[in-house]
Amino acid sequence: MATEILMPALSPTMEEGTLAKWLVKEGDTVSSGDIMAEIETDKATMEFEAVDEGVIGKILVAEGTEGVKVNTAIAVLLEEGEDASAADNLGGGTPEAAPAAAASDEPAQAAAASEAPAAPQTDTTPDWPEGTTLRQQTVREALRDGMAEEMRRDDTVFLMGEEVAEYQGAYKISQGMLDEFGAKRIIDTPITEHGFAGIATGAAFGGLRPIVEFMTFNFAMQAIDHIINSAAKTLYMSGGQMGAPMVFRGPNGAAARVGAQHSQDYAAWYMQVPGLKVVMPYSASDYKGLMKTAIRDPNPVIFLENEILYGRTFDVPEMDDYTVPFGKARIWREGTDVTIVSFGIGMQYALEAADKLAEDGISAEVLDLRTLRPMDTGSIIKSVMKTNRCVTVEEGWPQGSVGNYISSVIMQEAFDYLDAPVINCTGKDVPMPYAANLEKHALVTTNEVIEAVKKVTYK
Amino acid sequence: MATRKAAKKPNVSAEELKAYYKDMLLIRRFEEKAGQLYGMGLIGGFCHLYIGQEAVVVGLEAAAEEGDKRITSYRDHGHMLACGMDPNGVMAELTGREGGYSKGKGGSMHMFSKEKHFYGGHGIVAAQVPLGAGLSFADKYLENGRVTFTYFGDGAANQGQVYEAFNMAALWKLPCVFVIENNQYAMGTSQQRSTSSAEIYERGKAFGIPGEAVDGMDVLAVKAAGETAVAHCRSGKGPYILEIKTYRYRGHSMSDPAKYRTREEVQKMRDERDPIEAVRTLLLTGKHATEDDLKAIDKEIKAVVNESAEFAKTSPEPALEELWTDIYATEVPQEA
Repeated sequence: MATEILMPALSPTMEEGTLAKWLVKEGDTVSSGDIMAEIETDKATMEFEAVDEGVIGKILVAEGTEGVKVNTAIAVLLEEGEDASAADNLGGGTPEAAPAAAASDEPAQAAAASEAPAAPQTDTTPDWPEGTTLRQQTVREALRDGMAEEMRRDDTVFLMGEEVAEYQGAYKISQGMLDEFGAKRIIDTPITEHGFAGIATGAAFGGLRPIVEFMTFNFAMQAIDHIINSAAKTLYMSGGQMGAPMVFRGPNGAAARVGAQHSQDYAAWYMQVPGLKVVMPYSASDYKGLMKTAIRDPNPVIFLENEILYGRTFDVPEMDDYTVPFGKARIWREGTDVTIVSFGIGMQYALEAADKLAEDGISAEVLDLRTLRPMDTGSIIKSVMKTNRCVTVEEGWPQGSVGNYISSVIMQEAFDYLDAPVINCTGKDVPMPYAANLEKHALVTTNEVIEAVKKVTYK
Repeated sequence: MATRKAAKKPNVSAEELKAYYKDMLLIRRFEEKAGQLYGMGLIGGFCHLYIGQEAVVVGLEAAAEEGDKRITSYRDHGHMLACGMDPNGVMAELTGREGGYSKGKGGSMHMFSKEKHFYGGHGIVAAQVPLGAGLSFADKYLENGRVTFTYFGDGAANQGQVYEAFNMAALWKLPCVFVIENNQYAMGTSQQRSTSSAEIYERGKAFGIPGEAVDGMDVLAVKAAGETAVAHCRSGKGPYILEIKTYRYRGHSMSDPAKYRTREEVQKMRDERDPIEAVRTLLLTGKHATEDDLKAIDKEIKAVVNESAEFAKTSPEPALEELWTDIYATEVPQEA
């Protein structure tokens, strides 16, 4: 049976091309792999090979023709022994074309734009029941306890990273864990972030629940391809068949006087990536409860810690299995005049500012987001509907900051409730300097938060 | 290029030999069809064909056991067919349809099958190397006796993460067969112009990983080498490297005019070293099959491939709701 040879698409973007040269003529026998023509695409001149065997019955488009649309019949191929007249009936039909993307269809998720939204429903249950015994614990201890409890609960959980085992952790987070769990589950790696992030991600594909410690998140830049391309995207790319249930954790952001390459806050970077969950706790109880939730979560979780907070002491509930859900902000302080939203170490500026503002008679509500993805925007909106003003606080850079995102959400969902523009208090738009005075100034300060609150409250 | 001669007397049965012929032919005809559908605009984006390299995956699959894992790069159609994935599902993923292995959300470069222990389908050159080492890390941790075939190309062999993975795989004695599919060109750059060593497998020596070069146009040589490698890994001795010297007949991707090599070079490989022709000759000269037997196989394969193309054309595009699914898991998918 005679078949049409169609103008091929030879690049991802080609819609038409030039039939530069025929290398076969009518009557020639061709077999699979023979070059039949040269075709100029938008990118290059390509050789066009025969796919089937047969005899060239008729050439429909002469060489030198420009602007030949993809899928136009350019020649007719006859089966061996077939009469050339079989070609006559072909060569004019519209070939089957690829489906055009349904561009006009709205994606399933529509932007909401209602006039007077009701206050969002939020989960305001306390983190632990009233009357629970509390004890004082450092962030460091709480974090270790959270990991150790989950390792006792699930044999497939293991911890991997530089100096996590015999050295007991560069920041002593994994102290004692090698003794309890052994070298099979507390694994010292060479200094090879890209490699071990990839190995841990592969291990997660293979049925384990890795915790990867980066000595600091600055070094995770070496590994970010695996975090994003391998861990975050595989569930989607596989149509839900496999993913990477794992935790990437370590100190993030500025410590003290360690210079530009060791002092970056990655909250806004990771928060942008679908497929990742991003946690950035402030208090010891959250470090513990959120770490336990992170280990159990079936997705890759970025757990952003802070070296300065490691030694801070907070109340931690004495409970057998204390977990904190993702996507639930904590209200540290209720107030009526302004909402201060922060997370991680930013909370210390937010809380200090609120204390000082109270002395001036300004009542600030302070929200700790705890997780940035999912983000409890409902609690932000609800609070802003009450206070009509908002200041965000973080140590990261200003352009494309977490605060920028929060501002846009408030603008879209609670514009009519705002009595002043939202102000984002951030780190300065500079690499981190070493000098003590410069470093202090490069970070966000409590005074800047106070100033911002006074500005939005017109005081 | 050949460093290992085919076993003089193939240590395989006529039935096995016929099966290899069939498996290789399926890959070739499937890829030709994919090229055709690309030309018609039914397959979009990047499409990297495996034509010429068929003996590599078919030979190694012959050395694998049930439950062993495999992971590779974006030139992945051959690996999927060789490990028994359904041609319909693969072709429908190429056309971006609901019936594809990833429901149309992965494309040519990103397909997976939990059932067949195929872990992708990765688009970042060499990223699959530590991932493959990680799969074997999980197998060792779980003490399940499985081996992972981690495939990558001569181009990927120049990425730093390959050597990070070699180091840890050797240090931790991971049951991983590192398969370097050396098709001699990293996109348009020949090995000679990109790689300091002539024998890439020798780089394993620096890490204490044994390895060998294998004639990748000889499916029996590949199978024999695969058996050596798998036995090494399964016995707990750690990783093994196979540098399989092969050749890709087509361009790097569909839009590659392949001006970096001569037409004669390609034709010479096709005429003198074609892996499918070699098995065909073995079958005929050994009187294991007649011309008619082989014609029947050809016909059967053609029908399978045509059916996959038909399925890939008629399977509907994914529903728009699929845009928003599979971003987050609600429970951990169980390891197959």
